Amino acid sequence: MLHIQKLSKKYKGADYFSVSNLDLDILKGEIFGVLGPNGAGKTTLISMLCSLIKPTSGTFTINNLDYTNNKKELKQLIGIVPQEYALYPSLTAYENLSYFGSMYGLQGKVLKESIHLYLEKMGLLEFANKKIEIFSGGMKRRINLIASILHQPKILFLDEPTVGVDVQSKNVIIDHLKQLNKEGTTIVYTSHHLNEAEHFCSRVAIIDNGKIILKGKPKELISSNKKAHNLEDVFIRYTGKELRDHV
Amino acid sequence: MYKLWASIHKEFLLLIRDLGGLTILFVMPLVLVITITLIQDSSFKSVQQTKIPILIVDNDKGMISENIFEGLRNQKLFEVIVKEKESEVEKLVFKGTYQLAIVIPKNLSKDLELKISRNVEGVLADFGFEDEETSATKIEISTKEVRLYFDPALQPSFKTSIKSGIDKMISKIETESIYKAFQEQLSDDDSSFTFNSEKFITFNEITPKLKEDEVLPNSAQHNVPAWTLFAIFFIIVPLSINMVKEKSQGTFVRLRTNPVSYSIVLAGKTVVFLTVCLIQFFLMVLIGVYLFPVLELPTLGVSGKLFPAFIVALFSGLAAVGLGLLLGTVAKSQEQAAPFGATFVVVLAALGGVWVPVFMMPAIMQFTSSLSPMNWALNAFYDVFLRSGGLLEILPDILLLFLFFLVTTLISIIYNTKKNAV
Repeated sequence: MLHIQKLSKKYKGADYFSVSNLDLDILKGEIFGVLGPNGAGKTTLISMLCSLIKPTSGTFTINNLDYTNNKKELKQLIGIVPQEYALYPSLTAYENLSYFGSMYGLQGKVLKESIHLYLEKMGLLEFANKKIEIFSGGMKRRINLIASILHQPKILFLDEPTVGVDVQSKNVIIDHLKQLNKEGTTIVYTSHHLNEAEHFCSRVAIIDNGKIILKGKPKELISSNKKAHNLEDVFIRYTGKELRDHV
Repeated sequence: MYKLWASIHKEFLLLIRDLGGLTILFVMPLVLVITITLIQDSSFKSVQQTKIPILIVDNDKGMISENIFEGLRNQKLFEVIVKEKESEVEKLVFKGTYQLAIVIPKNLSKDLELKISRNVEGVLADFGFEDEETSATKIEISTKEVRLYFDPALQPSFKTSIKSGIDKMISKIETESIYKAFQEQLSDDDSSFTFNSEKFITFNEITPKLKEDEVLPNSAQHNVPAWTLFAIFFIIVPLSINMVKEKSQGTFVRLRTNPVSYSIVLAGKTVVFLTVCLIQFFLMVLIGVYLFPVLELPTLGVSGKLFPAFIVALFSGLAAVGLGLLLGTVAKSQEQAAPFGATFVVVLAALGGVWVPVFMMPAIMQFTSSLSPMNWALNAFYDVFLRSGGLLEILPDILLLFLFFLVTTLISIIYNTKKNAV
């Protein structure tokens, strides 16, 4: 589904690569977790894959479509759930979803039914006509997710989709993502919640300093490290306990 | 097309949800045009109705000072207050208690009379009427200085008009004195012949017009177009803030991941904000036509001018929206967009000739003004409202405005593409 070759990114003025010569293959139907400490290059990697920033070098294909020549087609294939609530606060949930759905070419009955379906699944139908500005963090996260999946993307990128939400909202989001995956959507997900990743992802990659340092199924990674009881132990072993402050 | 429609709908919703902003967009320009026209009109009326106190120190106490007193009283513009000491009036005017004072020098009447007599005698001697040297030719006469004190806070234009008024008054007295001196020299009998000092040359102001039924220019015809343009161009502030907000809210990032072009996003904004500009225009026209007469202000004459004026408003709106799109694309924060936008509109208005007519500006500023879209728009509006111009007359200006819209929008798209190139 996603084939990444020697992908690098060095920001203007920076003296290091945020992502360096990264090779990765993500298979169709996977839930792939990209894990790493702050500044490891997770968001940069996702941003490049979503055509938000230009790679310094390297290439990638999604569904066999090269990113340089098929930008419009790729945008139709992917969905992105950004870290921020990328919604208009003064518009209602329905208006936000209607607008972003329209940008993917959805319209009329199809759009209405799709919005209705997802709002219902996420437990937000009764708030459809309320403005986003009065929503709680968890409700905004769920609308943020719906806005990215209305067009039923083949591959969904999620950048910290459960950050700052209550347990109930988190469970709804994770359950829904699992459902989406069952329906055929490949999921690429970044998170600091290692416990969540351990149970949610079919495969993970730990990246640090822009490079993949470990890759595999969570259970296999845990069992291959003698002293590790969970993914967090593996993570600490490979990335260390030092603070990662980058400017 | 559906994406464009959805963008227009979204922009419309965003606009109407911000009731405060919407009120400011529509109400403030109306308040502005009414206030400015009322101030201009009322200051003109107050000059006619109320009197300006003027201090006079009369050191002459002769015929000239009497004439000055009489002249000032006849003008019905001033209330004359007589003071004794020059130092006192200087202090009062400096403090701003009074706006102006006139100090008439000692012996002004006597010396003027003497000087005129000497001149007249000289002229008559040349013609052989007088051959004896009189006392007037022997005495040395120094030049006289009428001193004017002005409040430092007084506007230069007001100072100039007062100075020229007093100068005119003194010239008249001087002329009459010359006539009188000739009369005295040429005739023993004062009643035998009188010089006619009535004005021979008068002025008549005629406004050029092509048709007989044209309305005379008035302050409404000047103010409504000028301040409508000011309001229209102010659209760059809310428009650029709208765009910067999208960047800070993250919705712009989401849009960049959507299969929609930046030009569609901009087109949605253009349609909505251009509509706002046109509503502003119609509200201003309605105010000029219906509210101004109620406020005893001159009515805006729109008969036969509405369609060309609408065309000017349309293209002015496009130019303003283009500028707003560019500012919104380039600005990174509201702190950049709002103050820059507001100040830039004021600069454009000043360059455009909203406050000071372009012909009165120095050459370099006149050139700069010719590059200002507000100047093109104001010219087109004046062509319509004051020169009864039709579509043909406004065509060059509206073409420039349209070109400005195209260029600014194109720069916005190119800038965005380069900045976010992937």
